[in-house]
Amino acid sequence: MTTVWSGSALAEAIEAFAPDSVESSGGSDVWLKPESISTVCEGLKNRSEFRFDMLSSLTAVDYIDHFEVVYHLTSLPMNSSAVLKSRVGLGRSEASIASVVPIWRGADYQEREVWDLMGIRFDGHPNHKRIMLWEGFPGHPLRKDYVTYDQSIASVAPGSAGNPEIGNADGNA
Amino acid sequence: MAIKTQPVTVNLGPQHPSTHGVFRMRVMFDGEEIVDVEPVFGYLHRGSEKLAEERTYTQIITLTDRMDYVSSMLNNQAYILAVEKLAGIEPSPRGVWLRMIAAELQRIASHLVATGFLLQDLGALGTPLIYAMRERENILDLFEMLCGARITNSYLRPGGVFMDAPAEFWPALDRELDDIVHTIDELETYLSGNEIVFSRTKGTAVLPPELLINASITGPMLRASGVDWDLRHRAPYDYYDRITFERKLHTASDNYARYWVRIQEARESVNIIRQCIEQIEPGRVRPSFDDVPRLVRPPEGDAYVAIEGSKGELGFYLVSDGSIAPYRMHVRASSLINLTLLRDMLIGGQFGDLFVTFGSVDLNMGEVDR
Repeated sequence: MTTVWSGSALAEAIEAFAPDSVESSGGSDVWLKPESISTVCEGLKNRSEFRFDMLSSLTAVDYIDHFEVVYHLTSLPMNSSAVLKSRVGLGRSEASIASVVPIWRGADYQEREVWDLMGIRFDGHPNHKRIMLWEGFPGHPLRKDYVTYDQSIASVAPGSAGNPEIGNADGNA
Repeated sequence: MAIKTQPVTVNLGPQHPSTHGVFRMRVMFDGEEIVDVEPVFGYLHRGSEKLAEERTYTQIITLTDRMDYVSSMLNNQAYILAVEKLAGIEPSPRGVWLRMIAAELQRIASHLVATGFLLQDLGALGTPLIYAMRERENILDLFEMLCGARITNSYLRPGGVFMDAPAEFWPALDRELDDIVHTIDELETYLSGNEIVFSRTKGTAVLPPELLINASITGPMLRASGVDWDLRHRAPYDYYDRITFERKLHTASDNYARYWVRIQEARESVNIIRQCIEQIEPGRVRPSFDDVPRLVRPPEGDAYVAIEGSKGELGFYLVSDGSIAPYRMHVRASSLINLTLLRDMLIGGQFGDLFVTFGSVDLNMGEVDR
């Protein structure tokens, strides 16, 4: 059975090799400072007490006042798993975090997907392009303030032509 | 005088019959040799993750059917396990056994489709594919008995399944298990020692296991490189801890190894189903509506659950804000992530091997694009 690292134990172990990188911890999650993500991931992959050689999943959640990037790590030799989280784009500012593709190549398409649908930039990604939608698509659909086509036509009076502008309320692409 | 050639860029897909759906590649050739590949995704993108945010937890089951549409039962299972973890639902034992049987049948069906289409890509037009699809058809008939649907099943519910199997299902399942073994024997007689299959698939698109792990590649592709990693064994969910089965490994990590592992896994699935039939117990197939209401309302929090899907680790990440619809749903799609190394597999290879290698990954565009 896979052992799941508890948040507090993992936070302590991370602080031991990368001081001042953990923001908080709770349950099975550790919240990292976004600027320390590369150092911590490098350590978690290479140090003998963790050996997280696989990045299972990388995704992001829009919490309105900030975004959260979520990493699920798996260690095949130790049969253990851990969850890392990082808050970016506080106050809905331009959100970006360092890419982990140099550490785990498996992050390649997943980071592109997060950029495409959630609009979080991954600095240092070798091929930072949209993946599902085409270049020039207005907005990032998984953001909570994205106005879908249905919502855009529901908000105008019956009989009118509908809203041709489909995209973010603030129009950023 | 030396004859010079210059690289040619060819667009393959999205409407190419060998792209297993609507996949597009821009490939640069130098003569017959592939020098560069750029995959283009998104032709089947339906925004399932966004759609999920305005549906109740039960309604989303129908969305998961349409992701990897040759393994709907496995998608259902991964999603339902995530909901159960998020909402703290204790499933009914009979429902769990039934969904394990359904999931293993679906795994066999998916592996048969993968094998059939791989042989189709190899140029064996028709015959092996028809053999594989004929057997899959019988499995779909069993699904029809279970839930009335063949492809988009929506059979599972939080806490189990929505309906018990009818009495005529059990003898039909018994017969079908023998038939599956017979079909696999037949396929193996024609293919596993076939000289043409050998010469076309052995030694092509070899990937080292360290690279596969680093690129998050899971499932039969990883096991074909000798890495013993199967979530049913390493992180048992449902009642897989009460089942003994053999993990089939191959060390060559080439196209043949990937074909071989799928065929052997289909055999193992038959053993797993037989053990499930022995251990299944009578009782409710899902908790009563007093225990698990129709409208599930999980407490605030998040949950990630991964199962061993037919293509690899299939994970669902759900975030709840305490309402009847998830705040966020993310699918860890093994089909998409298994394509990470597509360039490494193809570059330097021959044009003739392109679709064979592509077929050996076994992907489903419904899951790649979601």
